Amino acid sequence: MSKEKFNYFVNGDKGEYEVIIGLEVHAQILSNSKLFSGSSTKFGADPNKQVSLIDSAFPGMLPVINEECVKQAVRTGLGLNAKINNYSVFDRKNYFYADLPQGYQISQYKNPIVGEGKVLLDMPYGSKEIGIERLHLEQDAGKSIHDMDPSNTYVDLNRSGIALMEIVSKPDLRSPEEVNAYIKKLRTIMRYLGTCDGNMQEGSLRADVNVSVRKVGSKKFGTRCEIKNVNSIKFMQMAIEYEANRQVELLEEGKEIDQETRLFDTKKNETRSMRSKEDAHDYRYFPDPDLLPLKLEQKLIDDLKKSLPELPDNKKERFIQEYGLNSYEANVLVSEKEISDYYEEVAKLSDKKLAATWMMGDLFAMLNDKGLNISRSPISAKNFAELVQSIKSGEISGRIAKQVFEIMVESGDNPKKIIESKGMKQQSDPKELEKIITEILSKNKDKVDQYKAGKEKLFGFFIGEIMKLSGGKANPRLTNEILKKLLKG
Amino acid sequence: MSDITNQSLSEILENVKSKKISSLELTQAYIKNIENAKKLNAFITTTFDQALENAKKFDNKPNELLLHGIPLAVKDLFCTENIKTTAGSKILNNFIPSYESTVTKNLWNCGAFLLGKLNCDEFAMGSSNETSFFGNVINPVGDQLVPGGSSGGSSSALAANLTPATIGTDTGGSIRQPASFTGTVGLKPTYGLCSRWGIVAFASSLDQAGPMTKTVSDCAIMLEAMSGFDEKDSTSINKKKETYSKNLKDNIKGLKIGIPKEYRVDNMPKEIDELWEKGKKILKNLGVQLIDISLPHTKYALPTYYIVAPAEASSNLARYDGVRYGHRSQKGKDLIEMYENTRSEGFGDEVKRRILIGTYVLSSGYYDAYYLKAQKVRQLIKKDFDDNFTKVDAILTPSTPSSAFKIGEKKNDPVSMYLNDIFTVPVNLAGLPALSLPAGIDKQGHPLGLQLIGKALDEQKILNIGYAFEKNCCYKNEIKKWWS
Repeated sequence: MSKEKFNYFVNGDKGEYEVIIGLEVHAQILSNSKLFSGSSTKFGADPNKQVSLIDSAFPGMLPVINEECVKQAVRTGLGLNAKINNYSVFDRKNYFYADLPQGYQISQYKNPIVGEGKVLLDMPYGSKEIGIERLHLEQDAGKSIHDMDPSNTYVDLNRSGIALMEIVSKPDLRSPEEVNAYIKKLRTIMRYLGTCDGNMQEGSLRADVNVSVRKVGSKKFGTRCEIKNVNSIKFMQMAIEYEANRQVELLEEGKEIDQETRLFDTKKNETRSMRSKEDAHDYRYFPDPDLLPLKLEQKLIDDLKKSLPELPDNKKERFIQEYGLNSYEANVLVSEKEISDYYEEVAKLSDKKLAATWMMGDLFAMLNDKGLNISRSPISAKNFAELVQSIKSGEISGRIAKQVFEIMVESGDNPKKIIESKGMKQQSDPKELEKIITEILSKNKDKVDQYKAGKEKLFGFFIGEIMKLSGGKANPRLTNEILKKLLKG
Repeated sequence: MSDITNQSLSEILENVKSKKISSLELTQAYIKNIENAKKLNAFITTTFDQALENAKKFDNKPNELLLHGIPLAVKDLFCTENIKTTAGSKILNNFIPSYESTVTKNLWNCGAFLLGKLNCDEFAMGSSNETSFFGNVINPVGDQLVPGGSSGGSSSALAANLTPATIGTDTGGSIRQPASFTGTVGLKPTYGLCSRWGIVAFASSLDQAGPMTKTVSDCAIMLEAMSGFDEKDSTSINKKKETYSKNLKDNIKGLKIGIPKEYRVDNMPKEIDELWEKGKKILKNLGVQLIDISLPHTKYALPTYYIVAPAEASSNLARYDGVRYGHRSQKGKDLIEMYENTRSEGFGDEVKRRILIGTYVLSSGYYDAYYLKAQKVRQLIKKDFDDNFTKVDAILTPSTPSSAFKIGEKKNDPVSMYLNDIFTVPVNLAGLPALSLPAGIDKQGHPLGLQLIGKALDEQKILNIGYAFEKNCCYKNEIKKWWS
């Protein structure tokens, strides 16, 4: 791993500025039903088809907590090395909007279910710890659709009441790259845990970004702006860059930064003011009298902890120890649970190091090309392991292996079968090889003379000719040895 | 047979069981009474056809359920499937729920059926039934008198023989005060004993449904039918269902009853004091030991209540925005204006007043001084009761500081109106059960009630005390029928 230096600063005329970023990530909990009702949470249903009387706030309807959602939040908290609070409280956050049927969102304010934790990032300049401030449970709102009709707004309540985890980071992030790494790490952890699918296109992972700047060396935080609901990492990075530069410009002009909520305009690539601090909502939080405080028994937490799967940081360490991978390789191979599963299956049946190299090279390139994720790879882990073993044993050369790989992708066939049926096996019989080499040397007597006269570069030419004649199957190591011997003779 | 509607629920149940009267005849008798009592304005909706159908069904196939063949009218705060449910408000005047509240469903599962929906103060906010969008209800005791509130339609209908028993809801006294004003029995159960699911919410941490009946035995039957754990209400208490009616007994010898000195308030009419004395004497004669106690935080109960209840109400009533159901204003150029017009048109003055108070006390900068402080005081009030219940079995107080007042008398004086709840709100704040019993009349002949407060989940004990009291009180509710 290269030890690059961290260098994300914004330059102004009056000095260099550091960018301070904190994230509020809204992660949709993987659960069959909503946080306080039995409605389905499946994505993509027709509008208003997954709405109960509770989600649409009919008179006299009452929320009942979904136990599975609570467990998912606890699992996530444990995955973030965080303190799980045995006592937490649901509060009402009051505001009016057409897609908020109750007129309040049930959330957690003063007493969240999860307290402080931490997430470890692998950056090119070393590993960096990002603090987690808290994680709390809350309901999602519905969706207002403004562009279906020129004069009316349509409301879809399918999302109304779905369980979200709001994961609030400490202001520990310092660059768009760190934000990228942080979101990806959170996503990886939650996907390992099975608590959130991390699908940003479907909105299961959204974030509000808090950005402020300060002169390098200054200890005091600047005034921050909150950028709402940026729904891709790319946009998040663009929004941060724009916002940091905007703030630096203001400071350089001697102006003050207003604490405000801003929106990122994806068409113009800029943020613009949504509401100022003065216009900020007064949410009139108070404990929801329809719900009792959430009391978690320590045993439940302990049991959940025991049943957690191996998490990416631990798996990475294990991969380094067990499979002799370097930190970079291990990092890539644990980035998705499915990738790590695939790798482990391959590594069990073949050379561990070579398997990593081939996976991260040809296999990933092919999947990337085809836009597939590894669980839908046309090459099974078992076949891939056989391919790796064929290379390792010298049965085929690396060059032939690439051809076999291509055929495997097309046909899904077993590599042994391909090598056999296409006669792609490497020629490793010294006598046969000597025959081929002698033929080449006798055809090129002039070049042999030149070689002997000192033009040693011609060695490569002979190898090329031998490979051509053997159809690429000549064992490179033996060919080298025999060629050298014959040229001396 | 003499007018069956004069009888208690227990007597009627006997007569239906022994086939002295059919459910259909019974239902027809009540329908006739209701049609002749339009002046009382007790009903918002009647469901006569459906009731007659249900009565016939019962007569064809009788059962021996707890409320076999009984037509019942209920407060219009309970959602009833396919029957308009208004909560006494314009904003819900066209609302027809597709679901049945747990409490009413429990009644129907016990063999009763719906006779109609009873008028009440708008969203149960009021003590005189004058805040209803559907007009005020009149007390059968006198044509100028309020029936109490917010379950005023319930008390009026019960006292005028328009329903054999009924149910109300009690957030700060809304069952007990109207019961007291009409000479009937009203019970506010322990918070969590009856499910709140399907009841239009006023103040969630205080609301509790309860029975309103002519006698204590009837009260035990109704409570038994309507109560029970409901997993759809997170604040519902998970415990075995009790058979209050079977366990009712009048031997209360040796029980200790507390008399709190703080309930003797300034300017309380002499008659109320005399009534209280009379009550103590009756209980003493029944072998009860009276003990002077102190509930020192009582004086803070009313201000505490008028912070907590409006705060919760301001949030609970946010859902009435005209978007999904109920009244929607046709005026306004955007969403905010639609909200403003809908809520301005849809809510009455008292509801608006409480929403404003509630919004204010929850606002940032005021929350700690009002709402948080009120919650702390609420704990102290609860602790007062807890401390005393280690020494006494129940507490005896007057139900209200006066008898029924005149229509319009307090309408423009909210504080004086709120003072009417002074003896009832501490019980709601503490989540305790309390029974209001008819105990006498004042010099104008208007009924007065006494209140028995019990330990949490000690309904049986206060019902037993009430049962013994009733037998020895020799109070008889005699209302002259002036309205038909």
